[in-house]
Amino acid sequence: MAELELKNLYDNFRDGETIKAYARIIAEDAKKLKKPINIMEVCGGHTHTIMKFGLPQLLPDNVNFIHGPGCPVCIMPKERIDHAYVLSMQKDVILVTLGDMIKVPGSNGSLQDARAKGADVRFVYSPMECIKIAEENPSKKVIFFAIGFETTTPMTAVLVDQVIQKEINNIFFHINHVTVPEVMVELIDSRDVHVDSYNNQIDAFLGPSHVSVIAGAKIYDKFPKDYGRPVVVTGFEPVDAMQGISMIVKQFVEARCELEVQYKRVVNYDGNLKAQALIEQYFEKMSLFRWRGLGNVPDSGLKLREEFVDYDAEVLFKDVLPIAEIEDHKLCICGDILRGMAKPQECTIFGTACKPTTPIGSCMVSSEGACAAYYKYGNLL
Amino acid sequence: MTKTITLAHGNGGEENNELISKIFYKHFKNDILNKSEDAAILELNGKTAMSTDSFTVSPLFFNGGDIGKLAVCGTCNDLAMMGAKPKYLTCSVIIEEGFSTRELEKIVRSMKKELDINGAMVVSGDTKVVPRGAVDKLFINTTGIGEVEYEGISASNLKEGMSVLVNRDIGAHGATIFSAREGIELESNLETDCASLYPQVKVLIESGIEIVALRDATRGGVSAVLNEWAKASAVCVEIEEEKIPVQESVRGICEMLGFEAVDLANEGTFVLVVPKSDEEKALEVLRKTHESAELIGTVSMQYEGKVILNSSWGTKRFLDLPTGELLPRIC
Repeated sequence: MAELELKNLYDNFRDGETIKAYARIIAEDAKKLKKPINIMEVCGGHTHTIMKFGLPQLLPDNVNFIHGPGCPVCIMPKERIDHAYVLSMQKDVILVTLGDMIKVPGSNGSLQDARAKGADVRFVYSPMECIKIAEENPSKKVIFFAIGFETTTPMTAVLVDQVIQKEINNIFFHINHVTVPEVMVELIDSRDVHVDSYNNQIDAFLGPSHVSVIAGAKIYDKFPKDYGRPVVVTGFEPVDAMQGISMIVKQFVEARCELEVQYKRVVNYDGNLKAQALIEQYFEKMSLFRWRGLGNVPDSGLKLREEFVDYDAEVLFKDVLPIAEIEDHKLCICGDILRGMAKPQECTIFGTACKPTTPIGSCMVSSEGACAAYYKYGNLL
Repeated sequence: MTKTITLAHGNGGEENNELISKIFYKHFKNDILNKSEDAAILELNGKTAMSTDSFTVSPLFFNGGDIGKLAVCGTCNDLAMMGAKPKYLTCSVIIEEGFSTRELEKIVRSMKKELDINGAMVVSGDTKVVPRGAVDKLFINTTGIGEVEYEGISASNLKEGMSVLVNRDIGAHGATIFSAREGIELESNLETDCASLYPQVKVLIESGIEIVALRDATRGGVSAVLNEWAKASAVCVEIEEEKIPVQESVRGICEMLGFEAVDLANEGTFVLVVPKSDEEKALEVLRKTHESAELIGTVSMQYEGKVILNSSWGTKRFLDLPTGELLPRIC
């Protein structure tokens, strides 16, 4: 049997002829649409794919994208970024987090700035690296600042599990894990008092496949059923995205409203039950999580269960952690962009005061944010 | 010699002399250096190129090279990219107290090996030892002087219709350093592209090809070089994305970590612009050294001062300069 090479995992999914063929199918089907449709790609990874590979250039005028809030770094409210900064500046603390957090500015600066001031901040690719750091620094408190959606939550859960099993007493957690379906509901059906807009433009969702590898396709059941929005769980390569878009267009043409999976090579309906059980064992829902640009979203955040409070840095360090909510700059329109009511270029500070190197609003912060993707790739559109 | 370098080795006295003679002079020896005067006296003919660079790479040793090889290649390549033959180098080292003498000698030995490839010599040097923590193990500065053999290479001479080539597959150095630093364990044959480029430039010059622009794609990678040229010449550089040669292991690292190969640093990779009429001959010459050399694009006037990537499915996007902390201290 031929050996599987890394390129087999992406080469065919970037095949020019296949992408062009899907563009033709979509264009043909879209002629039958009664009105233009707006598809929200929930995940920042999709935004990145769409912009990097120039997919909007291949789509007819009546099929549009709305770039969703699925970038875990972008949606962190400033006060929580300040938590990371404050924790990193505590005596004998090593703050560990995932790479994307490095340049996100809080009100005192970013973790990069904290490191320049002498804080011990480490960036890892796997949370499990915390164990090695903790073993090498027995007199230090290692705080894992956990971020991410359903995709990364199991990795944190495994670390919590290991810390408890191995009785490691110098690893603590600041949990900022959030969940996708709740914020999708919020976008269609806002209940936040700060938000007066119910006139979102979302007609359908491209569901992030990596989230469903863990949580299953089942988490989107309610959107076609209760909210009248089709969902197609879709992979991240350009061929995947084009096929996913084509499936959505077909649903409208055929007057269907269903949950479908494009990314069948990995995603099934139930997801990874073992990972789900581990998450359930250590985490519970927070009643509210404040999303940068969107406001409070009920049941959208996770925290450590009550019985693991001894590992919860948010509790242990509560005396030094700021609690006041910090609003974004009043010129920033990220909230409108995330609801599909505005495009990045419509913002008066886009590309001028607000750039990837000096982000003011949430969507410019990480490469997966809509504004950052537009800034980097989108200026040819 | 002691097994480690101590502060005494930077004292200007006996231990200092021992370090210099037993490591640096031993390997670098040549008539000019051996005179041990305050400054080297050089004989130069015609136009002269000069360049300096400091090297702080971490880790010091990596697949396919080390900081010593890098310190010679880096400066010699900058000279070669201006059509100059590297002749004389200075070598200043700042060593952290406690550094291994054996490792230092290993580094100096690989500097010597690379000097020989270029036909260059170290004619002046300096050694400082600083307390623990004041530098990260070892920093090296080299300054080089070369004789210009081909005049007129410039970032500002790109014209519509010209052809853009790379001498080999790109991104190997950045990917190697990144995986070494982050301890990413991959089963791959990934190694740095770090190499002296003068021999390849010499062949290009001798082949009679018109060299319009030539630059090694170090920090900022190929995308930085192309953007600098597009701005300096007020033209548009159009690159065919699928033509850019990237080896499998580098692509793997990029896929895993979300990098783009065009943003990754190189230490033995250059971008070349020639008139359209010379493109085939240039490719043929480049492929004598690296089979992966490729014609990657052309110069147009579509968007002045910009670099465009064309995809095989008919979309296009700007290729901007990489921003932020991508790979700190890779050279």
